[in-house]
Amino acid sequence: MAVSINYKGLNFRQAGELLKKAAADGEKQINLFNVNGQRYIAAGLKGNFFINIHGTPGNDLAAYMDGPEIFVMGNAQDGCCNTMNSGRVIINGSVGDIAGYAMRGGELFIKGNAGYRTGIHMKEYGDTVPVLVIGGRTGDFLGEYMAGGIIIVLGLGMEPCDEIVGNFCGTGMHGGVMYIRGKINPHKLGKEVKSVEMEEKDYILLEKYLKQFCAYFNESLHIIEESSFQKIVPFNKRPYGNLYTPH
Amino acid sequence: MALSFKMPEFLIKRQVETCSKCLLCVKQCANKVHYYDEKNDSFLTADENCVGCHRCAVICPTRSIYILKYPLEFRRNAYWTEETIKQIYKQAESGGILLAGTGTDRDYPIYWDKILINASQVTNPSIDPLREPMELKTFLGRRPKAITVEGKEIKEEIPPKLELEVPIMFAAMSFGAISLNAVKSLAKAAQKKGTYYNTGEGGLHRDLYQYGSNTTVQVASGRFGVHPDYLNAGAAIEIKIGQGAKPGIGGHLPGEKVGEEVSKTRMIPLGSDAISPAPHHDIYSIEDLRQLIFSLKEATDYKKPVGVKIAAVHNIAAIASGIARAGADFIVIDGFRGGTGAAPQRTRDNVGIPIELALAAVDSRLRDESIRNEVSLVVSGGIRNSADVIKAIALGADAVYIGTAALIALGCHMCQKCYTGKCNWGIATQDPQLTKRLDPEIGAQRAANLIKAWKHEIKDMLGGMGINAIESLRGNRLMLRGIGLTDTELKILGIKAAGE
Repeated sequence: MAVSINYKGLNFRQAGELLKKAAADGEKQINLFNVNGQRYIAAGLKGNFFINIHGTPGNDLAAYMDGPEIFVMGNAQDGCCNTMNSGRVIINGSVGDIAGYAMRGGELFIKGNAGYRTGIHMKEYGDTVPVLVIGGRTGDFLGEYMAGGIIIVLGLGMEPCDEIVGNFCGTGMHGGVMYIRGKINPHKLGKEVKSVEMEEKDYILLEKYLKQFCAYFNESLHIIEESSFQKIVPFNKRPYGNLYTPH
Repeated sequence: MALSFKMPEFLIKRQVETCSKCLLCVKQCANKVHYYDEKNDSFLTADENCVGCHRCAVICPTRSIYILKYPLEFRRNAYWTEETIKQIYKQAESGGILLAGTGTDRDYPIYWDKILINASQVTNPSIDPLREPMELKTFLGRRPKAITVEGKEIKEEIPPKLELEVPIMFAAMSFGAISLNAVKSLAKAAQKKGTYYNTGEGGLHRDLYQYGSNTTVQVASGRFGVHPDYLNAGAAIEIKIGQGAKPGIGGHLPGEKVGEEVSKTRMIPLGSDAISPAPHHDIYSIEDLRQLIFSLKEATDYKKPVGVKIAAVHNIAAIASGIARAGADFIVIDGFRGGTGAAPQRTRDNVGIPIELALAAVDSRLRDESIRNEVSLVVSGGIRNSADVIKAIALGADAVYIGTAALIALGCHMCQKCYTGKCNWGIATQDPQLTKRLDPEIGAQRAANLIKAWKHEIKDMLGGMGINAIESLRGNRLMLRGIGLTDTELKILGIKAAGE
């Protein structure tokens, strides 16, 4: 059974209490209606349940979240999945800045565009690998200081004058991998990363997440299958290892 | 290879008559200073490797090792000092940024030592803490502006508090910067003495969850090891914006220090650099800080105080006011003498302001704005003894953090080479051969002893002032007088000159 919460007129704390209570009661599907910029939705929530958001969630959606799955019928604002640990967030629209900041597990699928500093500081450990798929394009500093995880940018629906990523893509990156569809201007890349040949295992990985993406947003896998991808990886795990005077 | 100009800083002398040739010095020195030449049955030293940590001298059973300043006189020059020249040699060889460990060692004024404490004579009685109760208990956290009592209930929501038996906590030092045994020592000592230690930004090792009720967990820009269990494991959360030793810059834990356990705790791959950038990229304003504070409160159901740590910089008073208004439960101000495992030397030695002045400025500003009572103030950055604690509290602090003093209690000898990872005392290292030298039980006892001793001294001095509760000393600047200070300094400190 699904339970509904009407967010109309509620501040984030009041709304958060209702959502936490529903989660604590063991509800498996929670529908949030009239969401209008309330921050911190599902922040720190643990468990295995589904949240459906109607409206526009505010900043820090799913921050520190550990387990639940969220579907947003629209856009999300800044800090989506900030320091998220596990779970899945699907945004049927675009997101603001710093989506996936320091995310260390779970998945974030964005149908549209993402703002500045998307996926910065993502980290991975063992088999916990965060995945961030962006259907459109992103702003500057994509994957800055990235230490692990997977970022996929598809650039769907771009105008001819648009660039798929902004400047300083992968600056300070020292772990993880990015897959960018089509061509990327070399001057967009930070000096700590390089573009390398795609391998068989990369295609297998891409296919897995793109199938998911297409299923969530009704896209055709053909468009993507027929495209070329660039794989961006860091030169090494120690970008600043030689910056200092040895004792 | 070109000739290196690097010369030793220390000269090792061995008293051959008393040396028992036990070879402990050879085995224990991680810097490889001592060698034993079997063929000639004699000892050799590589003086240039010696950092002056005293490990060999202290463990030598026959006290046969002397460590002297290396006799290499530079022509006297008040401007181009020996230190300046040597640093240029180093950089000309490496092309790298100079690193330094611990707080700055430069000869800046120490305001603590220019402040004198009052005592009662005749007109108000002093109190003997041995026979009369003396209250040091301190609560940290936000307080409502006013409370209304209806029946027997307080109407306002009372925000969560930290309860300290003594107004001294162990400062943030990450597992990574220091060894697990060092963190365990502090955690156990905090538990014994009813206070708190701080994880730093290294995450929380699984062995440390048991000390949760005495733990403050830190959230810094790298967000290492931050997840819901971590946030909920501690008694409080501290957002680290800056650090006194290196205001305005981030931190790099070099990949060599990211071994199995550190990797697991920080949740990053083995051997990868752990990079904390200078800013939190989700904080560009006081409003953004408010957002991080409240996202943490939401994630922990408003059950934990959330503090913000900043370095003491020029505009500290205005910044602290903003932080108080952003909703922080406590503000930590780290002065320019604050310690570090590694900082660029130029930053460590030149950036920031003294904690004494920063504290006084912040306390005054928050009072002027009538918000001082709403937020707690914790200061750190070079608190050396109980008198510094008393002076800090009289200047307006609710509590202090000690970092360097706590490590010295564990055995640190202030060689300032924490960043090399070769700490012979098992503190600032992850090498299992070295870390096992620090027994957490003994370490905890030593750190707890330090707190115990300071507690007695604080009570003594409080009693001398005729005060029987630390609360009555808080911000009580009439208990302080300045000596050898300029009018401006006295004005900032808000204290009178001695004799006034």
